[in-house]
Amino acid sequence: MPLTVTERLAANRFEVDEEEPHIVVDQDLARSTGAGPLLVAVCPAGVYSERDDEIDVEYAACLECGTCLAVAPPGALTWRYPRGGFGVSYREG
Amino acid sequence: MVTPTNDPDFDVIVVGAGPAGATAAHRLASGGLSVVLIERAEVPGAKNLSGGVLYASVLEELFPGFADEAPIERRITRHVTTFLTADSAVSLDYSSHTLGHPVNGVTVLRARFDPWLVGKAEEAGALLMPGIRVDSLLTQAGPDGRRQVAGVRAGDEELRAPVVVAADGVNSFLARDAGLRRTPAPHHLAVGVKAVIRLDPGRIEDRFGVRPGEGAAHAIVGDCTQGIGGGGFLYTNQGSVSLGVVLRLDALQASGRSTSDVFEHCVRHPGLEPYLRDGEIIEYGAHLVAEGGYGMLGEIAGDGLVVAGEAAGLTINNGFTVRGMDLAVGSGIAAADGVAEAIGNGDVSAAGLAGYRRRLEESFVLKDLRTYARAPKWLERDRLYGAYGELSADVLRRVFSVGTSPHRPLRALARAALSDSRVRVRDLVSDGWSGVRAL
Repeated sequence: MPLTVTERLAANRFEVDEEEPHIVVDQDLARSTGAGPLLVAVCPAGVYSERDDEIDVEYAACLECGTCLAVAPPGALTWRYPRGGFGVSYREG
Repeated sequence: MVTPTNDPDFDVIVVGAGPAGATAAHRLASGGLSVVLIERAEVPGAKNLSGGVLYASVLEELFPGFADEAPIERRITRHVTTFLTADSAVSLDYSSHTLGHPVNGVTVLRARFDPWLVGKAEEAGALLMPGIRVDSLLTQAGPDGRRQVAGVRAGDEELRAPVVVAADGVNSFLARDAGLRRTPAPHHLAVGVKAVIRLDPGRIEDRFGVRPGEGAAHAIVGDCTQGIGGGGFLYTNQGSVSLGVVLRLDALQASGRSTSDVFEHCVRHPGLEPYLRDGEIIEYGAHLVAEGGYGMLGEIAGDGLVVAGEAAGLTINNGFTVRGMDLAVGSGIAAADGVAEAIGNGDVSAAGLAGYRRRLEESFVLKDLRTYARAPKWLERDRLYGAYGELSADVLRRVFSVGTSPHRPLRALARAALSDSRVRVRDLVSDGWSGVRAL
């Protein structure tokens, strides 16, 4: 059975919105509040990673659960659902 | 003097075509109101994910014989609750074919089930607008000068209606927009992650000990979440099983582990492997769960707005059953009736919409939430997720281990296991008594 997040996500259908990322990190606020490790840990899809003191957001893999927003320090994330027609599309659910 | 551009486009706008929204839209449209049902997925269900067990009586009342007609997966006739440790499992296993007829719990996969329920709303006359993300509420000054909800905005488009039903899910940006809902505390939230694993129907029936068309629901506590508050589940669909973990966010943060690592530990667990062998993951999803129960319910009606389903925080977890979809349907009914009454009376203010809350209080939805109001607090006790499973496994290991030295009586075995365990007698008494009161 495929065990890594990447392998699991590969079975899903995604329509990526190249023009409008639905997650934006306020890097300064995230840095000052130390939000990085928390976001990396809670996201079930591995959307967040830390690189050179910056938080990298692979929003294309987002499962749209909102867990990151629920734990993030206020203001650290601008998080919306993807525009209509974009994002994950469950075939099972 | 009302300008033509401010004329309502519909009597009611329902945002979110899940069980709460679809039920509300169906009922409102059946009552002759003009209803639009807006859904951000291109096809209803495609953004929706649940553990998978739907307690069906409320739908059976709405649509008699629904389980024969709707695309359900299996009728659940076996409930197994398991304490899992690293190398053992202690289970309470209840099965009865009577749970299948009349229908009690069924498994559903939302990409198949939700379109069916939305179809009912469309048949009743509701207009479905899929593929549209609602960005915010539209407000205007009411007769008394207060801002009241007057519709929704989606991109450059505005749609107007005297009442909006926010059935937009656990993250409900509309309820937040209206100031009706605060962000819940981490101990009232959990992240659920689930894989759908393809398996041959015959194998499912053999492995889970069920007949064709019937299924099993396993609730798993302990090592499947590596001791993190929450639990695992394993449900049978027709040609797949749903395996997942639900992790309380405060406990997850305290553990220092990642959601993904815990899920992988669960998938690989030797206690679950016999059920999953040769299965193939065909989908991986996640969903935030509001677990605060009755204590987390806030305001559910504002001026021109009602909030239903998960958007209102309507979920119950008592450790044995985890419910959301049936409460969503129940709240959709109450919301529709409250809204229809308010429109009929010409008063869609929060006071005019109070009939929703009253109906919800009188229905099984809030009665059940009240019954289990103490469950979330009780389920925060850490011993439930580690020490008790280990203790019961240790007692049973001693009971079933037969050697050549004389066997000691059961009470002596239990006392010996207890004294070797981390559990103190007074914890056991306190947790047991609180559990009886909470459940």
